[in-house]
Amino acid sequence: MQLTVSVRRYNPQDKENPSYWQEYSLDVEETSSVLDSLIKIREEEDGSLALRCSCRSAICGSCAMRINGHAKLACNTKVSDVAEDGGTITVEPAGVMPIIKDLVVDQTLFWDKVRQVSPWLQPEGEEPEAEYLAPNSDMTHLAGVMACIMCGACVSDCTVLEMDPNFIGPAALAKAYRFAADPRDDEDASRLAFLSEYGGVWDCTRCYECVEVCPKGVAPMDRIMALRDKAMEAGYTNNNGARHTDAFEASVSHSGRLNELTLPIKSFGILNLPAQMSMAPVAIRALMRRKIPPIIHKSVPGVKKVRRLVESVKDEQQGD
Amino acid sequence: MRAALAAHQSGANVAIISKVHPVRSHSNAAQGGINAALTDRGDNWEDHAFDTIKGSDYLGDQDAIEYMCTEAGPELIDLEHMGVIFNRDDEGRLGTRAFGGQQRARTFFVADFTGQAILHVLYEQLMKADVRVYEEWFVLELIVEEGECCGVIALEIATGRVFVIRAKSVILCTGGLGRLFEPSTNALIVTGDGIALAYQVGAPVMDMEMVQYHPTTLKGSGVLITEGARGEGAHLLNKDGERFMERYAPNMMELASRDVVSRSEQTEIDAGRGIDGCVLLDCRHLGEALIAERLSQILEIGMDFAGVDIRKEPIPIQPGMHYIMGGIKTDMDGRTIVPGLYAAGECANVSVHGGNRLGANSLLDTVVFGHRSGNHAADWANGKPYRDLDVDGYVDGKEKEFSDLFTRSTDERWSQIRLDLGRAMDRHMGVYRDEEGMQSLLAMLPGFRERFAQTSLQDKGRVFNTDLIFTLELGFMLDCAESIILGGIERKESRGAHSRTDYPDRDDENWLKHVLVTRTDDGPEVSHLPVTITKWQPEERKY
Repeated sequence: MQLTVSVRRYNPQDKENPSYWQEYSLDVEETSSVLDSLIKIREEEDGSLALRCSCRSAICGSCAMRINGHAKLACNTKVSDVAEDGGTITVEPAGVMPIIKDLVVDQTLFWDKVRQVSPWLQPEGEEPEAEYLAPNSDMTHLAGVMACIMCGACVSDCTVLEMDPNFIGPAALAKAYRFAADPRDDEDASRLAFLSEYGGVWDCTRCYECVEVCPKGVAPMDRIMALRDKAMEAGYTNNNGARHTDAFEASVSHSGRLNELTLPIKSFGILNLPAQMSMAPVAIRALMRRKIPPIIHKSVPGVKKVRRLVESVKDEQQGD
Repeated sequence: MRAALAAHQSGANVAIISKVHPVRSHSNAAQGGINAALTDRGDNWEDHAFDTIKGSDYLGDQDAIEYMCTEAGPELIDLEHMGVIFNRDDEGRLGTRAFGGQQRARTFFVADFTGQAILHVLYEQLMKADVRVYEEWFVLELIVEEGECCGVIALEIATGRVFVIRAKSVILCTGGLGRLFEPSTNALIVTGDGIALAYQVGAPVMDMEMVQYHPTTLKGSGVLITEGARGEGAHLLNKDGERFMERYAPNMMELASRDVVSRSEQTEIDAGRGIDGCVLLDCRHLGEALIAERLSQILEIGMDFAGVDIRKEPIPIQPGMHYIMGGIKTDMDGRTIVPGLYAAGECANVSVHGGNRLGANSLLDTVVFGHRSGNHAADWANGKPYRDLDVDGYVDGKEKEFSDLFTRSTDERWSQIRLDLGRAMDRHMGVYRDEEGMQSLLAMLPGFRERFAQTSLQDKGRVFNTDLIFTLELGFMLDCAESIILGGIERKESRGAHSRTDYPDRDDENWLKHVLVTRTDDGPEVSHLPVTITKWQPEERKY
């Protein structure tokens, strides 16, 4: 099929015009991948195009980049899935991380975040002579997380990291989950305490982008939610995220809907006046646009049904 | 990484130099598993050793194989303790699957990405130990002074600057040379750099003619389908739907050793019983649940790279270049003949694989001999002073070479030469070989070298210049090609993966020995070494 590949080029050595779009016209097989196209460009047309790639089979994690605006592995993205015959594919470097050249980004930030979660097994006590015993179901569950190839697609498209570089981010948090959920690891407490702090599991906005872009089905956001549960179960509730969750649940159980007046107060902690004051401008803007929630919080009609629903969900979770 | 960890634990100041980030390395692609005979499972290392020796077609050195098979258990348990999440049996102990060429199931695995799982855990251990990694640094040359290896000249890819890194010992763990063949299952980074670096400083390479063609690779791309698929019970069919392995290996069927299965497939294809140059791998009867749990990556690969749902239809496959049994000759401690220079893993040949490697013995080789060479390289280094090197001299020398390369302007590029070389290697050094083909290939080499000397770059900048890297790799590949062809011509018999139509039989009387190629000032020299035999005398090989 005929294809135009529009590549976001970047060459820091060109001081006048470092960044520009370049279009390449190609004739490729329909079954070929975006990576095949880029390799064809590099080998036959333009040897100055820089990209990382190695295995061609979605296991080395080298070729994460933005294809038509979203992070993907170039090697397992078929051209026919992202363009029509005669169409155009746009290729850009991964986001969030600084660009070195063309499609090559500096992954230092990525690995720094991984390092933050102490990403190694920490068992307690004497090592057994043979292997640690562990249920196969736990291990196959962990294999789903271990399948992460550290390609950085989730970090590239994380909407929180884009705004807040302090966030540990989806890949590193999924890695943290891999240890927190490993029956052989005994550092759950310190891991969960650390992850409950600023930048940790509560900073995810649940936008789902990381789940969408992960080429290996790791579903980082689901792991982050599982870490939240683990952290709250372990008693790490003295933080905005956990309090928010409790306040949310209490409000819905009580009246069938959110009490948006008390929610921030309860989330920040009733005595945390400075944090509550920081919400004042938001409250004032909302007031001016007549978006203030009702002062007197009323229950929804049929609140009993909502309560029964909450109870049955709780029962189901305990049954798990 | 196993070597670095061992050397670190032995008290040495260690750094890893790698042209890619360590988790991008090609061990990722080892899907199926790692072999170990655990005594508490009723297995024993002697059986593992025998299977390995038989698999090697009796070319493996039996002392090294004994060591590997006795260390397999402890190494496996070490990996588990470090954090590898192996699949388990019903009692929560490590579970096994069957693999080719072995009498019993002793392959331990993590779904179908065992290599990745091990690689990532070893990297976790490196982070824990805070071992320095020169990520994306490309080694240009080994520095040997007064006969001792004392560092490397390397290029920092991100900046294009040349540096000298001094070292008291250097361990080459650079993997194979698959891209020298087109197609190959190997990743694009697998270009024989380490083998060529050692060869260039006069370290002999051994049994380079032993090139493994894997029985199940995708047509065109060469992407690998794990042996684990056959281990779980998948069948090989010809175009008539016949399980043709019945005729070649009636006992082991699809799980005969790789050289045997690849030859059988090629014979079927050559006899017109293939489909479009392929035979079929049929997984349908394994069931969706087993495929989802144990062959998930293959399911993905089938969909992504062949457009085939392996749950619903058989997938066309063919033999494809996969592994080099040959490599830099080392002793059991990983030592080459150059003091201070070590090698381990696929780039080395301690000779545990001989003429044909068993599936799931390669990860084992890397951890067992990586560990041991790490210890020994640390012992060699500890207490030794660094040698004073003329750093500027080395850097300036390289810069001069680069300036010629950067200013040259011709139509010759690495990509076309690499493709031509790879196709020629596949054609003449593939599953079947003969004198005429190999001689014609040898005769082509000077032409390839001439073209290589004329290559020019399209990227004239220094920052992340992959055009430069691929050109440098091509130079390494040409050196590797020389030793493979010479080894192939020298060995006048058929043994393991070296299958000559003009010498179809194994000849223990004349060729139960290693073939070495050494670069000298007068060109490459071929020599021989006896095979070490401890207690297993050569027998006829039947599966």
